[in-house]
Amino acid sequence: MAVDKALGEYQHPLMQQYWARLNTRFPQVAEIFEEAMAEALLVIDRPDLDAYLDAASFLGRLGRGVEPMLVFLEEWPSVVAAVGKEALTPVLDFVKAMQKSPNGKAITSFLQTLAAVARRLQSVEQLQHYLDIARDLMARTTGSIHGHHTTFPSPGLPFFFEHAPRVLDLLSVGGMWNWVDYGIRNYSHHPERQEEYFGLKLADSRAVLQRERRGTLFADVERQLDLYLRALWRDGDQLVPYSTAFDELRKPIPYYDKLGLRVPDVFEDAGMIGGIDRYRAVLAHMVGHRRWSTPQIADNWSPFQRMAVEFFEDCRVEMLLCREYPGLRRIFLALHPKPVEDACDPETTSCLRHRLAMLSRALLDPDHGYRDSDLNAYVARFHTMLADGAANTTDTAGLALSYVAKTRRQSDQFAKVHFDDTVIDYRDDNRHLWQFIEDSDDEEFFDDPDKSKVRESEVVGLPPRHYPEWDTHSKTYRPDWTSVYEALHPSGNPADIDKLLQKHAALAKQLKRLLDLLKPQDKVRIRYQEEGSELDLDVAIRSLIDFKGGATPDPRINMSHRTDGRNIAVLLLVDLSESLNEKVGTGGTGQTILELSQEAVSLLAWAIDRLGDPLAIAGFHSNTRHEVRYQHIKGFSEQWDDEVKARVAAMEAGWSTRMGAALRHAGHYLGARKADKRILLVLTDGEPADIDVTDPEHLRADTKKAVEELDTQGITTFCLSLDPKADEYVREIFGNRWRVLDRIERLPEQLPMLYLSLTK
Amino acid sequence: MTDKTQYLVKQEPFYQAQGREVALYEAAYAAKLPVMVKGPTGCGKSRFVEYMAWKLQKPLITVACNEDMTASDLVGRYLLDANGTRWLDGPLTTAARIGAICYLDEIVEARQDTTVVIHPLTDHRRTLPIDKKGELIEAHPDFQLVISYNPGYQSLMKDLKQSTKQRFTAFDFDYPAPELETSILAKETGLAEGTAAKLVKIGQVGRNLKGHGLDEGISTRLLVYAATLIKRGVDAQDACRMALVRPITDDADIRATLDHAIDTTFI
Ligand SMILES: Nc1ncnc2c1ncn2[C@@H]1O[C@H](COP(=O)(O)OP(=O)(O)O)[C@@H](O)[C@H]1O
Ligand SMILES: [Mg+2]
Repeated sequence: MAVDKALGEYQHPLMQQYWARLNTRFPQVAEIFEEAMAEALLVIDRPDLDAYLDAASFLGRLGRGVEPMLVFLEEWPSVVAAVGKEALTPVLDFVKAMQKSPNGKAITSFLQTLAAVARRLQSVEQLQHYLDIARDLMARTTGSIHGHHTTFPSPGLPFFFEHAPRVLDLLSVGGMWNWVDYGIRNYSHHPERQEEYFGLKLADSRAVLQRERRGTLFADVERQLDLYLRALWRDGDQLVPYSTAFDELRKPIPYYDKLGLRVPDVFEDAGMIGGIDRYRAVLAHMVGHRRWSTPQIADNWSPFQRMAVEFFEDCRVEMLLCREYPGLRRIFLALHPKPVEDACDPETTSCLRHRLAMLSRALLDPDHGYRDSDLNAYVARFHTMLADGAANTTDTAGLALSYVAKTRRQSDQFAKVHFDDTVIDYRDDNRHLWQFIEDSDDEEFFDDPDKSKVRESEVVGLPPRHYPEWDTHSKTYRPDWTSVYEALHPSGNPADIDKLLQKHAALAKQLKRLLDLLKPQDKVRIRYQEEGSELDLDVAIRSLIDFKGGATPDPRINMSHRTDGRNIAVLLLVDLSESLNEKVGTGGTGQTILELSQEAVSLLAWAIDRLGDPLAIAGFHSNTRHEVRYQHIKGFSEQWDDEVKARVAAMEAGWSTRMGAALRHAGHYLGARKADKRILLVLTDGEPADIDVTDPEHLRADTKKAVEELDTQGITTFCLSLDPKADEYVREIFGNRWRVLDRIERLPEQLPMLYLSLTK
Repeated sequence: MTDKTQYLVKQEPFYQAQGREVALYEAAYAAKLPVMVKGPTGCGKSRFVEYMAWKLQKPLITVACNEDMTASDLVGRYLLDANGTRWLDGPLTTAARIGAICYLDEIVEARQDTTVVIHPLTDHRRTLPIDKKGELIEAHPDFQLVISYNPGYQSLMKDLKQSTKQRFTAFDFDYPAPELETSILAKETGLAEGTAAKLVKIGQVGRNLKGHGLDEGISTRLLVYAATLIKRGVDAQDACRMALVRPITDDADIRATLDHAIDTTFI
């Protein structure tokens, strides 16, 4: 059969294997298969490819034509890039549910916008909420028209899918749920209206959309919050959003752990306090704990006692925060409930929460107006404790325990608890405050078998070059201390790089505009020439005056024009150590730093190529001082062509970062260039380190020394660091010539921009 | 002969020392070594030089360097007048003749071929050849060359040549520590210490963003501006926005962040 023949023709044995696994005869799929696989290979790890192909294969056999399979093959890699491969099971489950219902036709619409939706939601949990909304919409609008039974598909569902990305541009997933719910409640019995509602054509559909839009989306203020942490608190950690709209019983509460600071995905205004300030209050409170709280052993304390300690400690850190920025008090007080003094009846109800919430109010609010004498006594003791210093968590806990003992009531044990006005929602859940000695499940325990896997050394050819290393303790060089092996970087598939560049087509366009501005004005004026193309009037008159005055006139009265004022040679040195294999982004689902570096390097090379500055690219890593590897990716004289792209495509990461040796070796090449300006641009994700060095200071000092050596050779070194904590050491090493990139995801865009701004 | 006294710093400028720089400068001056003062804009480099000139009771000639400056702008040139032509010394020549401290402010702004004229003045020869007049000036024993230089420029295109750098002794300045900076603001403008400390706090907030969206933080000079405005009765928050935020950034997110710091610091 003609089709079969065309389908079987993959050169590569793996492609043949993938195609076989897909098991399809749709010719349309064959057309896009290669391209789809190329993209899939970028984001889906080999072991997960089978699941991807099986899912596609399953979609091809639903009896709904080629579309579902086609769309899935094309879109799924983007979904994985946005929320991770874990999304596959819930998505397939949902597809199966649609297939079983009369809504099978909408499967294609669902898949068509799934990637766009995933990009807006950023986590599997959030995507799950989206699927739940769709499932609910489907269940409540299918087959219920005018009492007919289950033969009608949901009229609104395909429209809902079509517009979901737009809706999520405006609303959090919780807001989307309210919008959907309104549509169902009002139009479940009017098929046409329902279509119009979910197609955003009805006025009230748009009105509800606007109404739900209240509040501040995390996605819109993320950068501001990053800046806030860094500028006001010198704290810089990952911010991770969660959705608040779905857990009715246990509203999620902010918290922080090893992975970052967890905050809600949207904050509505609370009275006078805007969403952004609510975020700031949450972050400030957590910063307070991170600065001033120490974990307490929880085992011997009752839950009541722990609750009291938390209230007191929360107030202590807030008092200290307000010392730093007094205006915070206004925000805290506006967000803090003001419990009414006699609201809780101790005869019938457990009032401890109520008492503590009042106390918390009183500790922060000088005008609290509560009359209770115990309360006032403890407020006074609290302020005395903080009068001359920050006090500490242990003292605070002592005060809290004494308060619980002093005010204890039998009814505190009652099952009925007074909750009104006791929830302070900008405070985190205080999980950091407690340490349980019993049954500690050791999270720290990870054993990564890959770590010990040493890549085989394929060093061949050139003998090593030796470089000295600076010993900061004795203030002397250790001669010939490091051995640098250089090699041509292995090659991969240049088409991969073209794909990456294509992916950034919009950015490239933007860069192109900048490049055109930067392109040296074709003509540069050179003055003071004896022979030139034109008389320089200013200078000529001056010479004439000199001449009249009897002095020897300056004969250099002409000027000429030269094209191309830029005379810059640049070498990009890329850190290729093991840590580049780490994934970027929430939950470690995104690309690796290495992949982002590849994109960035490609874009930079492309941009510099257009500018015409000579550029070399090299990668380095090390495995003790005896084996520092320096790999040529692009030479100064090479063009940005397929050969070079092939090497970028094959970039791999492993081992450590002996930076000084690599810098010296790069300097050896760059120093040989004739250029007005020689720039060594270092791209790294961490500080210098190697496994045979235990004192971190040593390689830092050596790298600093190497930078100074380069400086005396007339080479300017600039470091772009991807380590958010780099401030602590980059300044020491690179002086003023460094920048830290906070959002690694933006590296591809930022690296070329940085270069352009540096050489403006 | 030029009147020296016109270049004397008449009144003691207020200068708050950050470390031992005053004594070290005196030593460098005694040895007539050229001095380079490094540091970010507005951290007190010029003020320091002015103060030292006063303390040593030596004339001070300051040149603000720029890109269009030529060597003749430093050395001098012939001018046309009624009787033909007349030679006019440039500031560098004047300083070398009368024994002044010549301060080339923001030297990197000048083109590199301009800056080479200072070379013969910076080594043991201490001479200045004036090619046009065929004159070789021996620098006056009191003459000293001082340059200021901001290494934090984000453009790598503006930098001093190694051959120039290697001729100077150097002081590394930075924005003063918070307590010092507070007392500088208070003494310079008469603002109360408490308010000055708040301004310094905003300065710190801005400096935390250096390298993260701001090329340079908020300078001491800008803090002095804000203090001056407040002292004149301008509302503190307005003064901060006007003197500390608007001049340094157009980035909306950074503005919002600094504004918030201002709103929660001055209440
Ligand atoms: N150490 C200091 N003592 C007194 N005033 C200072 C000091 N540092 C900075 N200032 C104030 O800051 C302003 C700017 O300093 P300036 O010397 O002009 O900066 P630079 O020359 O470094 O750009 C001065 O006018 C002065 O008001
Ligand atoms: Mg100055």
